[in-house]
Amino acid sequence: MPLSAEERREIEAEFPRYPTRRAVCIDAMKIVQRHRGWISDESLEDIAQLLEMSLDELDGVATFYNLLFRKPVGRHVVLLCDSVSCWIMGYDRLRERLCSKLGARLGETTADGRFTLLPIVCLGACDHAPAMMVDEDLHRDLDPEKAEQALENYK
Amino acid sequence: MEKPLTQHVRRDGEMLDLRAYEAVGGYQGMRRVLRMDPREVQQLVKDSTLRGRGGAGFPTGMKWSFVPMGPDAPHPKYLICNADEMEPGTFKDRLLLEATPHQLIEGMSIAAWAIQAEVAYIFLRGEYVESARRLQKALAEACEARYLGRNIFGSGYSLEMHLHTSAGRYMCGEETGLLNALEGKRANPRTKPPFPQVSGLFGKPSIVQNVETLCTLPHIVNNGAEWFKKLSRTADGGTKLYGASGKVKRPGLWELPMGTTVRELLEEYAGGMREGLRFRGLLPGGASTDFLTEEHLDVPMDFTAVQKAGSRMGTGTMIVLDDKTCPVGMVWNLEKFFAQESCGWCTPCWSGLNWTERTLRALEEGRGREGDLEKLAYQTWFNAPGNTFCALAPGSAEPLQSALKYFREDFERHIHDKRCPWK
Ligand SMILES: Cc1cc2nc3c(=O)[nH]c(=O)nc-3n(C[C@H](O)[C@H](O)[C@H](O)COP(=O)(O)O)c2cc1C
Ligand code: SF4
Ligand code: FES
Repeated sequence: MPLSAEERREIEAEFPRYPTRRAVCIDAMKIVQRHRGWISDESLEDIAQLLEMSLDELDGVATFYNLLFRKPVGRHVVLLCDSVSCWIMGYDRLRERLCSKLGARLGETTADGRFTLLPIVCLGACDHAPAMMVDEDLHRDLDPEKAEQALENYK
Repeated sequence: MEKPLTQHVRRDGEMLDLRAYEAVGGYQGMRRVLRMDPREVQQLVKDSTLRGRGGAGFPTGMKWSFVPMGPDAPHPKYLICNADEMEPGTFKDRLLLEATPHQLIEGMSIAAWAIQAEVAYIFLRGEYVESARRLQKALAEACEARYLGRNIFGSGYSLEMHLHTSAGRYMCGEETGLLNALEGKRANPRTKPPFPQVSGLFGKPSIVQNVETLCTLPHIVNNGAEWFKKLSRTADGGTKLYGASGKVKRPGLWELPMGTTVRELLEEYAGGMREGLRFRGLLPGGASTDFLTEEHLDVPMDFTAVQKAGSRMGTGTMIVLDDKTCPVGMVWNLEKFFAQESCGWCTPCWSGLNWTERTLRALEEGRGREGDLEKLAYQTWFNAPGNTFCALAPGSAEPLQSALKYFREDFERHIHDKRCPWK
């Protein structure tokens, strides 16, 4: 599916903010991901063309960044902080519970396509560790029960 | 006790909007500097002894003095706010971004005027969604009030300011990696020289400054260098956002005089260890700083004193280790982070860190062998400053080398017992 008019408009709206087109590429990939959940080979080609970049160059950028998904993800993305303060405060138990509840390991998507579970670097909520994000929401002061409950709100 | 940076943080967690910010004197500093010569502003910040709050503590006024000034200087010049905050254990910039975005915008405008930049970017980590919303709102308010844009306050000075949200990688916080990321490239670092002050973003003179550093500027401008110096108990001026996480009674974040001691932070502000736990050590300022232990509790937290004690103040948010948590496990967690975030540019870093991570994992899983500790020590030497392109690798060596020193017996027990004694 080629870039929609809306995606294109949003990407072009970024142009005046940078002196080169290429500088827009991360924003552009984030825009497409916001609309489609992930960035397919085809989307990548369309973006490369719009920004006058080679496909290899753009893919090199895409694969460098943790929050750009080059594979399909579930309806909701769970980012579980695995950095040091959360580790001290009970990350291992949290991960075990979420993995067993979801029937998915880190990096995997549930069979029903509802959740993708990913590890993430320190979320800057260390005084309320352990922490995770679900889509755009931060959840703090978690324990396995609270984490499990929090997921109930994402259908 | 004065708390210039956080005094207007709202208790209900909402942001201070433009009207509320102006009601408490907001944007007065910016009005004031626009009547000053840029060199005068640079001198004021030099006199204040302000040192960068991003971790390295470089003197801010001195950094600005390398930017070419005058009619022949290349343009546009850029002022960039480093709001990447991905150092594990660090949660200080988030507060300033969410609670007082206008304070940051004003600070950035002051810095931009001092180096005569006409474009500014806020480089924000992608996960800080709430910060992004509030910054967008504050930027819109400031543009509407014509505090940003063309001919600000009729001074003839124009400044554009943009928010860039990142796509996640620790290396984006490294100054030159950040510049590459903003140009739409992989966040590999750049060779220096040329230094960014001379040839940075898009090849133009650029300054990169931490959020907290920039937020202090309106206060220095309004109250003067002497006032700023007096906020501190030591020779590094100002207040500092300090924090504590781990198994202390009250984890949190506090603005206090620079030079508040480790003991005060740990015992008074964080309330000491939780019931039944003993203090073993702490990383004073994020993942890439050396452990301090009991013997260092009376060290004042400033750049100079913590360095003298064999560590670095770093970001000033400490991570506390208790006696029911395995120090080897903790260091393994840290080195896994560094190995994962290494950009792969230099051999000691990517290959050394992979190896370090695997060795620590083996120790934790009861597969440690005689000689492992010597090899780990060698890796910290291999990644010492000067052997790699950027400070990620030397940073990774800090918690490991100090853990090997202070918790040596715990490492040895892992080898002799063939298991982790904490499991
Ligand atoms: C791997 C790495 C990550 C860094 N991450 C950050 C960061 O997230 N925020 C920050 O302000 N500085 C970070 N720094 C430090 C910056 O390179 C730079 O020194 C700092 O932004 C300068 O601002 P300051 O002088 O105001 O402290 C990082 C450094 C390294 C080596
Ligand atoms: S030290 Fe590590 S992160 Fe820094 S440039 Fe070298 S490989 Fe990349
Ligand atoms: S370590 Fe998890 S939020 Fe900082």
